[in-house]
Amino acid sequence: MDNTKGYIYGINGPVVKVKGSCDFEMQEMVYVGYEQLIGEVIGVTDEAAIVQVYEDTTGLKLDEPVEGTGGPLCITLGPGIISNIFDGIQRPLVDIRDHFGAFIGKGVDFSPLDKDKKWKVTFLKKAGDEVKAGDIFAAAPETSLIEHKLMIPNGIAGKISWTAQDGEYTINDILVKIDTNSGEKELTMCQKWPIKHERPYAERQPISKPLITGQRIMDSMFPLAKGGAASIPGGFGTGKTMNQHQIAKWCDADIIVYIGCGERGNEMTQVLEEFSGLIDPKSNKPLLDRTVLIANTSNMPVAAREASIYTGVTLAEYYRDMGYHVALMADSTSRWAEALREISGRLEEMPAEEGFPAYLASRLSAFYERAGYFTNLNGTEGSVTLIGAVSPQGGDFSEPVTQNTKRFTRCFWALDKALAYARHYPAINWLNSYSAYTDELDGWYSENVDKDFMKKRNEIMSILSEEASLMEIVKLIGSDVLPESQKATLEIAKIIRQGFLQQNAFHAEDTYVPMEKQLKMMEVILYLNTRIKELSELSIPISLLAKTGIFEELIKMKYTVANNDLSKINIIRTDIDTAIDKIISAYEE
Amino acid sequence: MAIEYIGLKNIEGPLVAIEGIKGASNEEMVSITLDDGTKRQGRIIQMEGDMAVIQVFEGTSGMSLSNTKTRLMGKPMMMPLSKEILGRTLDGVGRPIDGMGDYYADEIKNINGEPINPVSREYPNNFIQTGISSIDCLATLIRGQKLPIFSGDGLAHDSLAVQIARQAKVVDENDENAADKFAIVFAAMGVKHDVANYFKKSFEESGVLNKVVMFLNLSNDPVVERIITPRCALTAAEYLAYKHDMHVLVILTDMTSYAEALREISSSKGEVPSRKGYPGYLYSDLASLYERAGIIKDAKGSVTQVPILSMPNDDITHPIPDLTGYITEGQIVLGRELSMSGVYPPVSILPSLSRLMKDGIGEGFTREDHPALSNQLFSAYSKVSDAKSLASVIGEDELSDIDKKYIEFGKAFDEQFLTQGQFENRSINETLDLGWKLLGILPKSELDRVSDDILEKYYRPYSQQ
Repeated sequence: MDNTKGYIYGINGPVVKVKGSCDFEMQEMVYVGYEQLIGEVIGVTDEAAIVQVYEDTTGLKLDEPVEGTGGPLCITLGPGIISNIFDGIQRPLVDIRDHFGAFIGKGVDFSPLDKDKKWKVTFLKKAGDEVKAGDIFAAAPETSLIEHKLMIPNGIAGKISWTAQDGEYTINDILVKIDTNSGEKELTMCQKWPIKHERPYAERQPISKPLITGQRIMDSMFPLAKGGAASIPGGFGTGKTMNQHQIAKWCDADIIVYIGCGERGNEMTQVLEEFSGLIDPKSNKPLLDRTVLIANTSNMPVAAREASIYTGVTLAEYYRDMGYHVALMADSTSRWAEALREISGRLEEMPAEEGFPAYLASRLSAFYERAGYFTNLNGTEGSVTLIGAVSPQGGDFSEPVTQNTKRFTRCFWALDKALAYARHYPAINWLNSYSAYTDELDGWYSENVDKDFMKKRNEIMSILSEEASLMEIVKLIGSDVLPESQKATLEIAKIIRQGFLQQNAFHAEDTYVPMEKQLKMMEVILYLNTRIKELSELSIPISLLAKTGIFEELIKMKYTVANNDLSKINIIRTDIDTAIDKIISAYEE
Repeated sequence: MAIEYIGLKNIEGPLVAIEGIKGASNEEMVSITLDDGTKRQGRIIQMEGDMAVIQVFEGTSGMSLSNTKTRLMGKPMMMPLSKEILGRTLDGVGRPIDGMGDYYADEIKNINGEPINPVSREYPNNFIQTGISSIDCLATLIRGQKLPIFSGDGLAHDSLAVQIARQAKVVDENDENAADKFAIVFAAMGVKHDVANYFKKSFEESGVLNKVVMFLNLSNDPVVERIITPRCALTAAEYLAYKHDMHVLVILTDMTSYAEALREISSSKGEVPSRKGYPGYLYSDLASLYERAGIIKDAKGSVTQVPILSMPNDDITHPIPDLTGYITEGQIVLGRELSMSGVYPPVSILPSLSRLMKDGIGEGFTREDHPALSNQLFSAYSKVSDAKSLASVIGEDELSDIDKKYIEFGKAFDEQFLTQGQFENRSINETLDLGWKLLGILPKSELDRVSDDILEKYYRPYSQQ
């Protein structure tokens, strides 16, 4: 069957109106104009089809042909994805550079994956085996960290009639032949998948494991679950990107998908350079060996920005199907929402809040619902964790993107301008943030970290909230008039803020902190909190204790106690005892 | 002989529509000749069927539905480029207006540029010494960065930009030809004549005028041209940087006028407005300018941008500074309160930030203590504001001793660190030493952002200085 053809009737920025045929399908991928720009059908009426073009439309002429492809926009799944960098519609940026030079040209169809590279394939199924969709029939090492599992594509089931020998193959070599009800099917390493459709799974699992990031305020205070969704909203300069980078570097997922969606070009370069230099502490391999980058910077075409989020999450789901835990960072979902708004405006749709289209909420929920902890079709377990940065206009969290995101993410790390101005990083405000996963993760923490972990966490939180209410008074009348017990609370809260919540991403010891150390730090702060009460009960001024320098010792313990040698924490504990005992005995005399 | 289309379908603000157009391409340039022989330039911005909507750069005054002839130019807006543009003054769409005639074009480029492939970018980490303490120490400018100045009406952004341009010119001490490789591209959008003159005079006085390309769209020049001005300027900057290996500093002023021009055109097109009437694509549009800063691998030159924008009503959450802040790599914010109390440059340091500084300072770039020192200064200065607000309630006398120290530190900081002369050029070492000197006012136990060995080496209590 011939593909549908039409001609360009109107052009408005990235939106093109097509006449001449009414047979385009919704979301069909089309080639626009003589330059064969890639586009997608986003509206069909009885007289014209509306197409959004993923590339710059400058120079496009009326009456140029538009050709349908008969299917939706798909990406290619197969080995060669990890360590690579793609644009929003999975075009490989390295190949684009080799073709066009430093600037991005348009209208060339690249193979997303390297066609010539040979992968060492080991077969796990043999002729005669019955297979169904999702089954792993072979494996190939993709990077030093990731073994790529080759799966039977969706919709194919039957008996293997032939397999190739173990050995080296390119992605387009035929590896397996399968007898199915509808005849013999030949499989290569690649499969295609439409980005706007969720990949199938056997069953959703309840959430039970945290995604450990090595960031104290996240792991200990507001934990995110594997298979959960989190949002990081914050005005500019509050450190959204820094937080995303920290999570991407240190979290205990197997694979990281990092989407630079409408953000700065230099940031993507930084991720590329930094991640190829950084070594993963667990495996001693470069972090890039587990990372996929999708870069659709702010000056690249806006429609492709809309697609980049879906491309990323589809890649994440593909690796989940192999049994990996995947964490996806989208920086920033506001830019994606703005892309929706821009296209919607060009279509002259009726706007809802602040010009955003009315379907903003349903698009956001569809995206965040692709997170989860799953049993896959092939029986393996895998998860997709979504972490979306939100850039609210004017740092105002009441705007539509933040509000709608809040509804669909259960972990909310609110960044605060005042903290960022004081260079308190990560600038996550402990009073506005929350994690609804704490109950579900309680089991894991008490089993793997400490049986009273959540109790200790709650104690820390209550000191912080007490501080907040005391600060209201201090702001009015100064701290001198407070009773000693409340002054003690302020001191402890200061230690928690500066010594525990504040974390230095540029310090070798502090950039990643294992759970054991986080726990020990919490314990020693709480220990001081119990002992300091002895002083206030005797009405001994807290300032006496402040002079001993013990508070500074606790604040600096994040630097002085090595991650791999926690015995120094005990010295601090002894120092607390010594200091307090000395003051008490001096007082009693 | 090209086809000419006689007459127009309608005229609305700076936009005109023509019917019956054949073979036009999106963003194509058109030339419109009026009956009295004057010519105007325009650009196709939307097409449907045989109708095209055209943006007329010089405005539509004097045009009627019947007195025009329109010709398609067959190409998008291009700009002729040559090294001879250095030292020249051009109008908002790149035509010479200094009376020295046209220049010989060595290359012709589309002014819209193309996005730089992130893979080809080189991550910027070369420190530029501006000689201004607040910038060098706390919001360091890096070569290839886009660092805007957020200002307000009546604040000293122009003199600050000039001072940066004047003092940042020496870029590489190991390269004796460094001065030859430095150029300034200055683009004025909707600024007043005297402001443009001030810049010109200042460049002249510091002897760099032959290294400057000026693009002037003044406040009484056509609004639509304003959309083109920064694009021409950046095209020229890219040409000088990537073709002639120059380090180009681009000053764009005033981005607020630019955004307002964009709003004006958007509303004449009848587009759905988003916040404060600005079009929904303001972010993408601003990004298409700001993202043209950077360094490309294997190229010797670089494009550094210092856009200036005046925040309407000093409101940093206004869409223009807000969206700019999300695109640029930090911002230098000027404060009215500082300016009122006579501080020059009135850099309000707490909201100011340079995102790229972390990789361009410290050992091997500036000095080992720089990151810790700047961190500590920020943290101390933020406590100064807490202490000040407490003092305004309970009076300075009632403050605790430590809060009094902070008040003293804050005062000294404003007077000695922030304040400097317009021609005072401080080296980075002087700036850092000054920072330590002021931190000496505070007791050692307050300095919690600095590691012990750095403290040991640099911290001296005020009494011992």
